[in-house]
Amino acid sequence: MARTPQTLFEKVWQRHEVCAESAGTPAVLYVDLHLVHEVTSPQAFALLRERGLPVRRPDRTLATMDHSTPTSTAQVFGGAPITIDAAARQVRELEENCAQFGVELLGLRHGQRGIVHVIGPELGLTQPGRTIVCGDSHTSTHGALGALAFGIGSTEVAHVLATQCLLQRKPRTLAVQVEGPLAPGVTAKDLILAIIGHLGVSGGTGHVIEYHGDTIARLDMEERMTVCNMSIEAGARAGMIAPDETTFAYLQGRPRAPAGEAWERALEEWRQLPGDRGARFDREVDIDAAAVEPMITYGTNPGMVIPIGGNIPQRPGDPVFARALEYMGFNAGEPIKDQPVNVVFIGSCTNARLSDLRTAAAVLRGRRIASGLTMLVVPGSQQVKRAAEAEGLDRVFLDAGAEWRESGCSMCLGMNGDVVGRGQYAISTSNRNFEGRQGAGARTLLASPLTAAASAVRGRVTDPRELA
Amino acid sequence: MERFTSLTSRTVVLPAANIDTDQIIPARFLTTTTRAGLGEQLFADWRYDEHGVPRAEFALNQPSAAGCRILVAGRNFGCGSSREHAAWALIDHGFRAVISTELADIFANNALKNGLLPVIVEQATAEWLIAHPGASLTIDVALRTLALPEGTTVSFPLEAFAQHRLLEGVDELEFLLARGREIDAYERRA
Repeated sequence: MARTPQTLFEKVWQRHEVCAESAGTPAVLYVDLHLVHEVTSPQAFALLRERGLPVRRPDRTLATMDHSTPTSTAQVFGGAPITIDAAARQVRELEENCAQFGVELLGLRHGQRGIVHVIGPELGLTQPGRTIVCGDSHTSTHGALGALAFGIGSTEVAHVLATQCLLQRKPRTLAVQVEGPLAPGVTAKDLILAIIGHLGVSGGTGHVIEYHGDTIARLDMEERMTVCNMSIEAGARAGMIAPDETTFAYLQGRPRAPAGEAWERALEEWRQLPGDRGARFDREVDIDAAAVEPMITYGTNPGMVIPIGGNIPQRPGDPVFARALEYMGFNAGEPIKDQPVNVVFIGSCTNARLSDLRTAAAVLRGRRIASGLTMLVVPGSQQVKRAAEAEGLDRVFLDAGAEWRESGCSMCLGMNGDVVGRGQYAISTSNRNFEGRQGAGARTLLASPLTAAASAVRGRVTDPRELA
Repeated sequence: MERFTSLTSRTVVLPAANIDTDQIIPARFLTTTTRAGLGEQLFADWRYDEHGVPRAEFALNQPSAAGCRILVAGRNFGCGSSREHAAWALIDHGFRAVISTELADIFANNALKNGLLPVIVEQATAEWLIAHPGASLTIDVALRTLALPEGTTVSFPLEAFAQHRLLEGVDELEFLLARGREIDAYERRA
């Protein structure tokens, strides 16, 4: 009997079923790699301690700190105390938990520390066909390499620490087919914002997205990570892209990728992963990449997004929409372009990799940011930081008047004190423009590093194609 | 975990769609290392003004909201961040059920693990509930039903294993730990 054609997701799922699901019980799904950070793990370690349980597979667990950590060099390396006591306590508690349970920690001063979703791929730990979880919704990022990766809550963090498994109902599948060339000035960030605008912020709920098509195949690995990263903003647990030569070239030689004979064996296995011809999806959506323009959000969720040359929509009689515009201080029908900006943030697990920093630096080289504007550039990891410095990108940012910081989540969620002031407008390369996300009362406009850098130069929302 | 068989309570209504977990519990309160005590900060930026003074017009601050254990919310409640602190804050405040036409995946998962019941209803039921804040409802977990005050009863979906866990008060970790042999076998063949 011919085997039923399977999608990439179905292959990875099936290979990790410890017990298949039944009407009465969910599947027991094995986790290959568990990434842990300081904010969502303390309660999980506490649960293990309460029950007297060890970590089942410390060798499949890696911890780092990123969410509440400072980005000031003095606090990270200079011996200055972490200014937020509670953050300092979380850092200390993760150190103690990792020491007690035998979990490897890339701690505050480690050269390979960084945002958990930046360092996984960078170290070569994120590999095709793996199941990867972390107590963070942007774990979807790792799907760019053909892994099944999704965010979990702290109780589930405890489950994985104790058993290396999760109880899961099999999600539905959604194929997003993207065809056509991206126009100059249009980036992977613009593409995923357009996709979220199309699907809506709950359009992917209950689904795992697979991104297909020639546009996706042409993206480099860092661009693919940007796309998969924001799958959760459409409500999807995970986003995946089939591994190909681009994936393999990215992984080869990374410190924790297989090497030698193991590499050859892994390649053979990984080449079996792409979905079979004729595999069926629960839903399919087509996106015309050639029609995508530089995108920017105007409201308080990532689905409230328009082309940068467009006008803010009008939805009379919709009180939620009206409230969002009131929060943002915008009027329906007015153009978004030329709105004044107070803060520009280049950073986050969405857009803080080396290619993102190069893109922003190319705009800023030989230019200054607008007077009165604050610009923060926060590399995604310490390795990204060093690589950028080796190319002189730090000088470009500093000469332009921006701040150059140590790595971390920083202003994406403002936990560490890097916040946008009440009522201020920030163009941010991050992933969420929720009310208060970047600080109480802060107003966030999500955009690409290109748009963010161009807007920093003018101090107003700027179409990057006008500065080229 | 405590058994959860039925619940009768009046409702508090937050009609907005897409209420994200950053609204339920803002990130600056995630520096806690325990589960307890987050109820005070539930919906902090909607509940209190910038000086920490409660906003009288916010639903949770109205006297009628005291003691309500059921929250009715607009569609796609709990979207965004995976922070389980959102479920902990709702429970710490006293909620035991959240009703909406649609709940975000990770939030619904987190809620169930803490004995906060996610209840998905049809649009018409949601519209009635939003139009009648303070309505007294009875939720029956065994029957998977929601009884409205004027005599209507609607059913809601609840995954079989989650239902079993709520009714028996068992948690998932016990179930997973009992699969030790299967996990060993998987690790040997993988």
